[in-house]
Order: sequence, then C-alpha cells, then structure tokens
Amino acid sequence: MQPTLRLNRRAFLQAALTAAAAAGAGVACSRNGSPWRFFTLDQARTLASMVDQIIPPDQDAGAVWAGVVNYIDRQLCGPYQALQETYRYGLGAVDQTSQSNYGKVFADLQSHQQIELLHRLEEGKAPSGAWKQLSSAEFFGYVVDHTMQGFYGDPRHGGNREGVSWKMLNLPYPPIRGRVRSDLSKPRSG
Amino acid sequence: MSLKHVNAVIVGSGAGGGVVAKELAEAGRSVVLLERGKWFTPFDERKDDLRNQRTCVLGNAFGPDERNPRVYVDASGHEHVISPTHGAYSNNAACVGGGTLSYGAMAWRFMERDFHLRSTYGAVDGSTLDDWPITYADLEPYYEKAEWEIGVSGDDSNNIFRAPRKRPLPMPPLPPTREHQILNPAARRLGLHPFDIPMLRNSVPYNVACEVDAKCGTHNTVIPKAIETGNCELRCECIVREILTSDSGRAAGVAYYDSDGRLQEQSADVVVVSCAAIESARLLLNSTSRLFPNGLGNRYDWVGRNLQGHAYTGAIGLFDHETYDDLGPGASIAVCDFNHGNLGFVSGGMLANEFIRLPYQFASRTAAGIPRWGAGHKDFVRRYYRSSISVMGPMQEMPVFDSRVQVDPKVKDHWGIPVARLSGHRHQNDLLGTNFMSAKAEAWLKEAGAATVIRSGPISLDGPSGGQHQAGTCRMGNDPKTSVVDKYCRVHEVDNLYVIDGSVHPNNGGFNPVLTIMAIAYYASANLVKTRKGMGAT
Ligand SMILES: Cc1cc2nc3c(=O)[nH]c(=O)nc-3n(C[C@H](O)[C@H](O)[C@H](O)COP(=O)(O)OP(=O)(O)OC[C@H]3O[C@@H](n4cnc5c(N)ncnc54)[C@H](O)[C@@H]3O)c2cc1C
Repeated sequence: MQPTLRLNRRAFLQAALTAAAAAGAGVACSRNGSPWRFFTLDQARTLASMVDQIIPPDQDAGAVWAGVVNYIDRQLCGPYQALQETYRYGLGAVDQTSQSNYGKVFADLQSHQQIELLHRLEEGKAPSGAWKQLSSAEFFGYVVDHTMQGFYGDPRHGGNREGVSWKMLNLPYPPIRGRVRSDLSKPRSG
Repeated sequence: MSLKHVNAVIVGSGAGGGVVAKELAEAGRSVVLLERGKWFTPFDERKDDLRNQRTCVLGNAFGPDERNPRVYVDASGHEHVISPTHGAYSNNAACVGGGTLSYGAMAWRFMERDFHLRSTYGAVDGSTLDDWPITYADLEPYYEKAEWEIGVSGDDSNNIFRAPRKRPLPMPPLPPTREHQILNPAARRLGLHPFDIPMLRNSVPYNVACEVDAKCGTHNTVIPKAIETGNCELRCECIVREILTSDSGRAAGVAYYDSDGRLQEQSADVVVVSCAAIESARLLLNSTSRLFPNGLGNRYDWVGRNLQGHAYTGAIGLFDHETYDDLGPGASIAVCDFNHGNLGFVSGGMLANEFIRLPYQFASRTAAGIPRWGAGHKDFVRRYYRSSISVMGPMQEMPVFDSRVQVDPKVKDHWGIPVARLSGHRHQNDLLGTNFMSAKAEAWLKEAGAATVIRSGPISLDGPSGGQHQAGTCRMGNDPKTSVVDKYCRVHEVDNLYVIDGSVHPNNGGFNPVLTIMAIAYYASANLVKTRKGMGAT
C-alpha cells in the first residue's frame, strides 16, 4: 500500500535530527533514580494513565498491563530517540493542563475526567499556556500510535506481554503461519 | 584506483538489475553488479511486524538506513529533510533483490491499452501522457520469460480483459482462502470476472528458490544464476556516486564507495543504471561533466520528471461472521473490470483483496466511523479483526511534468553525495479514478454480505506520488526532446549508457509494476546482447 503523504512539520524536523542523535549528539538514556530507561517515575505514571485510557482494561488486559509504557520507554532509547524531547515536554504539559483545569495531576483525575481531557488534547482545545512548543493534538497522536504499536505489536519489542492482544484476537503465534511448513533440520527430498 | 575492466557494470540489483545481470552473464559478457545494500538470506528475513518495508515504524529491515536522507518539498513550498522511515521518502529497499526481496509478489502483465493510453483517451490537460514506443506484443515473449524463469503461480483464465498470452502460468494458484470464497461468488453475481492473482510465489516446488523461500525475487533466482555462470561478480554495500564519462561523451564506468568507504572506479564498455526511479534519476543528475553540465541524459530537462506511483484506495467491509484464516499472503482474488473504459476519467485500475493485515496495521487504520482510541476502538478491533475484508487497488496515475526528482543543492548523504529532492503534485484524474474505484470496492463488499462498508477517504493531490511503485523518471520514447531513453532503454545522448528499471515507464499501469519491470529488463537485455556482439569494440 502506498504510504499516506499526510505530513507535519515537526516530524520532518525530528527526522532530520535523528542522524545527529544517532551520531552521539543526543541525550543518553540513563536511570537517575528511576527504574525506567528514559522516563522519570512521574512521567511514567502520567503516561500509564494516558495509555490505559487509550486501550482500557476490560475483560481483556489494558495497555498498562501489556507493557506499553515499557515499549515506549525502550523505543525512546532506540529508534525513537529523536522523540525524547517531545515526550518530556508533552507529558509535562499534560500534567500542567490537568493542574490548571482540575487542580490535580492527570494520574489523579477520575476516569471520566481523564477521558474528557484527552478528547480536548486530541482536538487541540486544551486551554493552557502549556502547549507553546508542541501542539497537544500532535503529542496525543504520537501517544495513540505508539500505544497501538506496544499493545498490538510483537512482544519482542517490549509490549504485548504474553501476547495478550493476539490472544484477545484469537490469533495463533506467530500471527501468520504462511503456507510452507518445512523443517530445515531434515535433508531435502527431491 | 581502477579495477579490472569489464563488459558491463550494472548499478542496483533489484527487479531490473538482477535480470540484466543474468542475461548478460549467460551471454558470456563479464559483469560487475554493484548493490548499495546487503545480501540477506531467508535466515535473516526474520518476520518483524514493526520493522519491515511496509510497516517501518521501528525502521526498514532491508534498508536504507538513516545515512540516506532525502529532501521533500511540501505543497506550500517548505523543504524538509526526511529519513527513510518517513512516508514522503518514497522508499522501496536497499538490499540484493531490491524491492523483490520483500514485495507482496503480485505479478501483473499490463494490458494492451496501457501502452497507448494517449491514442486511446486523447491528450490529458496537465499531464505529459504519451504512448509508449513499444507495444504489448513487443513485450509479450518477455513477460512469458519472466513468468517462467522467476516463477509465477495463479490462474487468470477467467479474466476476459487480460492481454493475450501464448503460454499459461507455470504454476497453479494457491488454494483459495476464506476471503476468496466469500468474494468470488459475490463478484460473479455483480457480473464481474474474478480470478486468481498471478503471484511470484511457489504453489508447488519450482525453480531454484529454496524450501523456506516460497517467494521468488531476483535475489533467489536470476542473481544466483548470474553468479553461477562465473561471469558475474556481485559487490554489496557499494554506493555508486556517479557515472564517469570520456572526453568523447561516452560512459566510461562508475565511481563508487566500497564497504570500507574507499572510493573505487570500475570501468566498463557499457553502464546499466537500475537503481529504481528515484535513485536512477539522482545518479544521472549527479553525473555532471563539461559535456553534460546538467547531468547525463538531461539535455532537455526530462531526467527526474514525471515521478509517479499508484494512488491506492478501496474499502473495508465489516462482517457479522468470521472471514479470517491465517493463510498468507492474503491477497488472492482480483478483477480487471475497471482498468479501462470507465466514464468521466482516464483509465482505472484492478481491484483485489488486500494482503493480511497484521494486528498493528489493523488497529492503526483510521477512517471516519471508526473510533480512534478508547473502549470503542478496542471493541472495534476485537470484534472485526477476524471479520473484515479489505478490497483495494492501484489507480493508473497521469504523469505530471512537475512531479519530479532533482538533486538537492545543499543536503548530502553520509558519503557526501547530493541527495534526491522530491517535489510536485498529483493529477486531478487520480482523484476521480480513486473515488470511482473505492465505490466499486464498496459495492463488491456489500454484495459479499458486509454489514458495514467503510470507503477510503479522498486522496490528497499535494506532493508527488512515488513510493514502492515509483516509476517514470527516465521516460522511454522515440523523441529525444521528450524522453530520456530510446525504445531499448538506451539513453538518447550516450551511446553506451542504459537505464533499465521502473524509471523508463511512460505510465505505470493500473497494476503493481514489477513483472513489467522484469519483462522490460529481459527485452532490453536481449537487444543489448544482440547489438553489442563484441562489447568492448567502440
Ligand atoms: C513491501 C513491498 C511490497 C511490494 N509489493 C509488490 C507487488 O506485490 N507487486 C509488484 O509488482 N510490486 C511490488 N512492490 C514493488 C516492487 O518491488 C518494485 O516495483 C520493484 O522492485 C522496482 O524495481 P526496480 O528495478 O525499479 O528497483 P529496485 O527493485 O528497488 O532495485 C533498485 C536497487 O538499486 C540499488 N541502488 C540504488 N541506488 C544505488 C546506488 N547509488 N548504488 C548502488 N546500488 C543502488 C537499491 O539498493 C536497490 O537494491 C513492492 C515493494 C515493496 C517494498
């Protein structure tokens, strides 16, 4: 399929920066008292509350249980290194918006308040000075996409714990067996 | 430093270059095949749902990497430096086999009318649409050769629109999937003519592809054969910088950076450029000299023009019952009822069910009517992942002169070579055609019993086309003023320089293009071997 050509300027700039980051100019991933590679404990808590609204637990596990925060943390120290600043800024701005609207950080809101706020972020209608360097809609877009990757992607990337989403979809492992089931350890016949 | 002189140096080991390497080597010519990427085996081709050539959110498994940026100029004229995982980069691949290592492997012949669209439909405003200098009949024997040498399964006998073929496909189709069984009777009820898609996939043991390698590309068929002749040397991780020319205006060879980053010169009697439409144009444009100040083949400013690909649209149908089976590749049934003869716009395209959508692809697909996140989205995915069918197709695009590849004046890649710069827009006809095709896909899915059908939204005409089906940048034609190569893929103004890949297509069919690229490669090679008997004599 043809990739869509819907572009946003920030993604371009980030892509341009990736090479520089890969060459060592970027921020290194370290622990600084947090069990995560990149996130502080507070950032991880905010993100966890967001991703569990994006894919909430019900009869099947939600995003947090599936390890989506771990997936994103891991990619931010790998292919998504250029998005580190976006996450740092974006998660801070979510909490600031939450504080100014409800007087509490995002993780401490009631579920219906979290959903309400996320809708406003998505529509770029979060009334706060917190989003000067980055639009809330754009940040929310990243979090939604990365949550889908972490929840529905292969467990080898750090999310989809125990293949939970594939079990939910009643998929075998791996999801496509293909048609050829040959055993390379046996000599070829014919 | 210069290396041992050879008869032919071929740049790029993809669909076009791989075939040319075999044909020249088997005809006894000495060949060096230069490829910028690596040679992967089936053991390296570890399936990765987030890091592959189609879903590259975590990277392109088969290249290129971040050292190869491009510049994209958006509709408002802003320039952006983009990496190969970006949608606007128009990536195909960088590895032995090029796109054929990881392709879906649909193996279409174009239709007779695709070679003379201009005569069929007349001139099209805002498009450089023109007839090809060759006809379907010229290519027919070479389509057959590609099908039999590389290996195609399928059965198009129920396709009454197909161009005449002398020989049937060498392998029967794969057994029908569940989607096939649902879509086939529905298409017939609508009066359409469904058939099994020709695929470069083994349905029975065939040719040299190994057991775990059920898909046939150039990397596991013609390239190993070329090497077996003893006449072809494949050099990987070699990045060709420019084509060298002599004072008399002939191609002398190429300069490239080898895997250790050292600059090498390979001289040859003949140079063949097969880097895919964007990189082939870039290489010609980067090959400037006193005699060719604007790049090779570019006297009339046609190199890099008419960049095209396919707008791909259709619809997804949601069913009350399961439609899924885990039998790859998924795509198996198509109709060609809408490739030509539609009212209100030029040409059209085939429609087929899609390749299997992995869970992330399914979950990240957004459309009006599907919740984007939250409990509603999770329910949607859970309910419909196994109960949906997607029907899509490639719309034949109208070539646009301003959709183009240039070399960027500022940005260079890791090796210091100016990068490709992409700019332009699509033609209005692409929008009309895709809207029509999406409506036809919707009708087919409804007839098949879908409870709900969601159509693709209208395409945007901003930005140039391109992508994995990139083509058109070194058009084939009889008039040197309005084309880059002649009907044998020889650059008009340089006697011993050829472009043999998707670049030469004047238009790209309403089909995935790879079998046509292979057929043209066989056809051009046959002429090359015939007309350059004692390659070396000038
Ligand atoms: C995921 C995917 C699915 C696809 N599915 C289908 C399908 O079902 N049916 C179909 O018809 N088509 C399909 N395609 C498209 C098809 O693969 C391409 O149309 C085809 O491979 C193009 O052939 P080409 O010879 O023009 O270029 P390529 O096959 O791209 O080969 C060009 C080669 O040149 C090399 N190269 C470029 N520049 C240089 C340089 N400067 N120095 C050295 N080497 C260089 C590249 O690394 C590459 O290997 C698919 C492609 C992809 C990626």
